[in-house]
Amino acid sequence: MTAATESVRAAFARATEVGAGRSALNILLYADQNGALERAAELDRAPTGGALEGRPVVLKDNIATLSLPTTCGSRILEGYVSPFEATATRRLRDAGAVVIGKSNMDEFAMGSSTENSAFGPTRNPLAPDRVPGGSSGGSAAAVASGIARIALGSETGGSVRQPAAFCGIVGVKPTYGRVSRYGLVAFASSLDQIGVFGQRVDDAAACLGVIAGADLLDSTCAPEPVPDYRAASRDGVRGLVIGRPVEYFPAELDGRIREKCDAAFARLAGLGAEVRDVSLPHSRLAIEVYYIIAPAEASSNLARFDGARYGLRIEGDGLRGMYEATRSRGFGAEVTRRILLGTYVLSAGYYDAYYRKAQQVRALIARDFQQVFASGVDLLFTPTTPTTAFPIGSKSDPYEMYLSDVFTCTANLAGVPAMSQPIGRIDGLPVGGQFIAPHFAERRMFAAAYALEAALGEEAGR
Amino acid sequence: MAVTLDDVRHIASLARLAVSDDRAQTLVAELNTILAHMDVLSSVDTTAVDAASTGERAAPLREDVGPQIPLARPREDFAPRMADGFFLVPRLSTHEDAESS
Repeated sequence: MTAATESVRAAFARATEVGAGRSALNILLYADQNGALERAAELDRAPTGGALEGRPVVLKDNIATLSLPTTCGSRILEGYVSPFEATATRRLRDAGAVVIGKSNMDEFAMGSSTENSAFGPTRNPLAPDRVPGGSSGGSAAAVASGIARIALGSETGGSVRQPAAFCGIVGVKPTYGRVSRYGLVAFASSLDQIGVFGQRVDDAAACLGVIAGADLLDSTCAPEPVPDYRAASRDGVRGLVIGRPVEYFPAELDGRIREKCDAAFARLAGLGAEVRDVSLPHSRLAIEVYYIIAPAEASSNLARFDGARYGLRIEGDGLRGMYEATRSRGFGAEVTRRILLGTYVLSAGYYDAYYRKAQQVRALIARDFQQVFASGVDLLFTPTTPTTAFPIGSKSDPYEMYLSDVFTCTANLAGVPAMSQPIGRIDGLPVGGQFIAPHFAERRMFAAAYALEAALGEEAGR
Repeated sequence: MAVTLDDVRHIASLARLAVSDDRAQTLVAELNTILAHMDVLSSVDTTAVDAASTGERAAPLREDVGPQIPLARPREDFAPRMADGFFLVPRLSTHEDAESS
């Protein structure tokens, strides 16, 4: 037994130790120990020299794989195994990574707590009575509990950064178009992007470097060259202008979270960065815009789940009866709510007032970012979330849950990259700080993240 | 623009979702609560904003071609029902079905 096999065995041993199965933390929906060990043995016999050689990786359950089910945390896809794999999955395997399992998630990525999974909630490994965040809560919990150092999630409004913040790890949402969406089950196509989790900044940088880059199978995947993100560890922040957007530090923000961010700003300034107050005035409207555009796109994308070609089928009265029976039994409450909300805002008489208006305000939100970055600001730094991880079952009002995304969904609406990293703890629970960068400036974002991680050291609360 | 019970039934029909009467009542309240927050957008001046604007990083156009991806398993492995290479579905609506829907 050598390196890859040892790593994979250790990952499964850790999964057993922490209780990653459905009866405990409910982190992994599907695991393939035999397949992973066979792949590891192959790598040990014939190393590929890939950037992620022998490293165990966990994938969110909405990223297509050939050897494991892809069910999006939904009954409507229970048992479905994709006949093709995602480009990101293939690139990870080509780089020598070993897929060990698929992680739990809010159904079709609709949620901020992983409580909306049809297969039960995931528990936060740091505080099992609390949520890990969502929708990529299973992947975040897999990394936070030490099962794997890297995992993939997906972002539509903060579904990687928010759980990263709640679980005390690093989470990156790349620029829209940086990573192929081929094989990522669509939620809201103008916002969706595969993101990465890492125990440390370097893990996330290595993983993003592997999956990023042009792909003929996704026309929205950009041809921009992919820099060496790990080399950003040498770049530092000296001379960078880091903006402090006032809208992300409202008067009602938890004072303890504000203090952690202020401490991070002080560290960055101590390393030679200039901290400058800036304004992104339309960010105040981001939640309202997001929760019109995302459900509108979802109502269209999820029309494909109709019982005809794959997934669940429930027979009904004729074709229409089958559609209604299948979709009503297959989708959970939050997915149903968002499909109906999206259908409503797109319907005749309401399109202009809601959907068209939201698209216009989205353009204003994006313009704010363009203007701030054009004014000489290199990066922005904000809290990732307005709270730390909340108790399971504590948020029953859908809109209250939507507010979890208040600091994250702007980056999705503007298409810019952003990442969360731990910056301390409050009452034992992690606090995340968020860097936001201009389009395709992930290397600059990683440079600041590496520098802040090193400067904070134990203070980050790992 | 309050959502009514009839609105919920209409959009559920458009979305091909069967919603019970109890659930429909709950959805009326939930959607109205959510949409009340959205009304703030009506106060934003967007007269000079192009809703179709995709900004400086618009998706590039390319030829509508791409590599063919062979399926790793046949459709019969994941289709609910198939015959002779076709997906089987219940009979299509007749005029009577359409009138009753």
